[in-house]
Amino acid sequence: MNFFTHFGRYLLMIKGMFSKPENMRLYWKELMHQCNEIGIRSVGIVVIISVFLGAVTTVQTAYQLVTPLIPKTVIAVIVRDNIILELAPTLICVVLAGVVGSRIASELGNMRISEQIDALEIMGINTKAYLIMPKILAALIVVPCLVVLAAVLGIWGGKVAGNLSGILPPSIYNDGLLEDFIPYNVFFALSKTYTYAFIISSIPAYYGYHVEGGSLEIGRASTKSVIVSCILILLADYALAALLL
Amino acid sequence: MIEIKNISKGFNGRTVIDNVSATLETGKCNLIIGASGSGKTVMMKCLIGLFEPDAGEVLYDGDSITNMNEEGRKQLRQQIGMLFQGSALFDSMTVEQNVMFPLDMFTKLNLKQKHEKVNEVLARVNLTGANDKYPAEISGGMKKRVGIARAIVLNPKFLFCDEPNSGLDPKTSLVIDKLIKEITTEFGMTTVVNTHDMNSVMEIGDNIIFMHQGHKEWEGSNKDIIFSKNEELNKFIFASDFLQDAKDMRMLEAKGKIKTDRDMDEMTK
Repeated sequence: MNFFTHFGRYLLMIKGMFSKPENMRLYWKELMHQCNEIGIRSVGIVVIISVFLGAVTTVQTAYQLVTPLIPKTVIAVIVRDNIILELAPTLICVVLAGVVGSRIASELGNMRISEQIDALEIMGINTKAYLIMPKILAALIVVPCLVVLAAVLGIWGGKVAGNLSGILPPSIYNDGLLEDFIPYNVFFALSKTYTYAFIISSIPAYYGYHVEGGSLEIGRASTKSVIVSCILILLADYALAALLL
Repeated sequence: MIEIKNISKGFNGRTVIDNVSATLETGKCNLIIGASGSGKTVMMKCLIGLFEPDAGEVLYDGDSITNMNEEGRKQLRQQIGMLFQGSALFDSMTVEQNVMFPLDMFTKLNLKQKHEKVNEVLARVNLTGANDKYPAEISGGMKKRVGIARAIVLNPKFLFCDEPNSGLDPKTSLVIDKLIKEITTEFGMTTVVNTHDMNSVMEIGDNIIFMHQGHKEWEGSNKDIIFSKNEELNKFIFASDFLQDAKDMRMLEAKGKIKTDRDMDEMTK
């Protein structure tokens, strides 16, 4: 299948999601379930990665700033902007593409192979609306929250690492955080996050929903969905930076 | 009643179903049989609207599913129950939640009423007390029975069963066959069973459609099958020497040549 066939089927899948829900209460329940699966279950990995990202960025920035002419508050400025502009949205979403994306693709793939999707279709349920829409909506709700959490923890991690390693005291770090802060950067980071959230939920859903064959294909679809999501995240990262900065 | 009118279906230029017509009657077990690759699964998917036929139409009580819009199909599908080959139970739900799912989705019953209905159908398929078990915790035969319970919980007018006996031992297969037959009569449903299990054919086949290389080769009941002279049907049904001998014996019995045990001994020598 070529690129255009995949793209056409992907667009048809997105179009097919929009229909009147058969039962709003069950759709809401599914949305909440997906918020829990995508959001709460990813908190652990996001916390660990973001704290260490901040810590490493602080230590490495300090290592590169060898001249005493540059004030130490610059370290905090660099850590803050790096975390907000790039590391929290992009890196965390690449990780989520692996964690959440593979789960979505394998869940839907397994449902397809074991005829559970057919069973829902036969009942008269729009499976694209019931199975895919809540996943995308949940990702759009919880991924920005995770990224904001990652940004806060990343900056905090930088402060702790700077203090523990004796690079800069917390008071100077705090001063640096307030220096030349541009609120637009937060808007830019959130714009990227929403784009990535859509990618990391809809691409795996596409690959999982259209699995054909056996259990081997579920694994392949899962791997493929993570690869494609990561590539699209990086492409979108560049495109949004070129457009919005 | 389901009427199949001249349906054809092909994939990539290869014809899988070729101009098949049949009438599937209400209150009867209608069996679609045939060897692997004969087109029976494609035929069933055309019947339930998962595949669009290239030509012809399928009528449910006079309404063509082929010409229905999406909303019409949704309405019709709520009158259809289906038992899948692998049962297709939702892994993350208990037996009770699986059976309750169609009620949650399509009815406005309160929780107490839903529980009563679920317990009623679970009792009907002899699964009382299995409510809290997950699909992974129950046997293949139980999964099929949960599948039947889920299929009938909305009192559908049409029941489709895709290979209901696959992966089951002969004794459990008989239980499932008996259950399908009883439910069909009890609920007055139009039941369509896709199978190549010979026990099912002989036990529940009120109306049998034999598919061969994409076309309808033969149609009749389980009583007609013994005396059929259709070569392809005989090759398929009585594939083993044992079954062929059984058929010969049955024919001789019917012709009155076997009357006593001694006659039988003479014949089998």
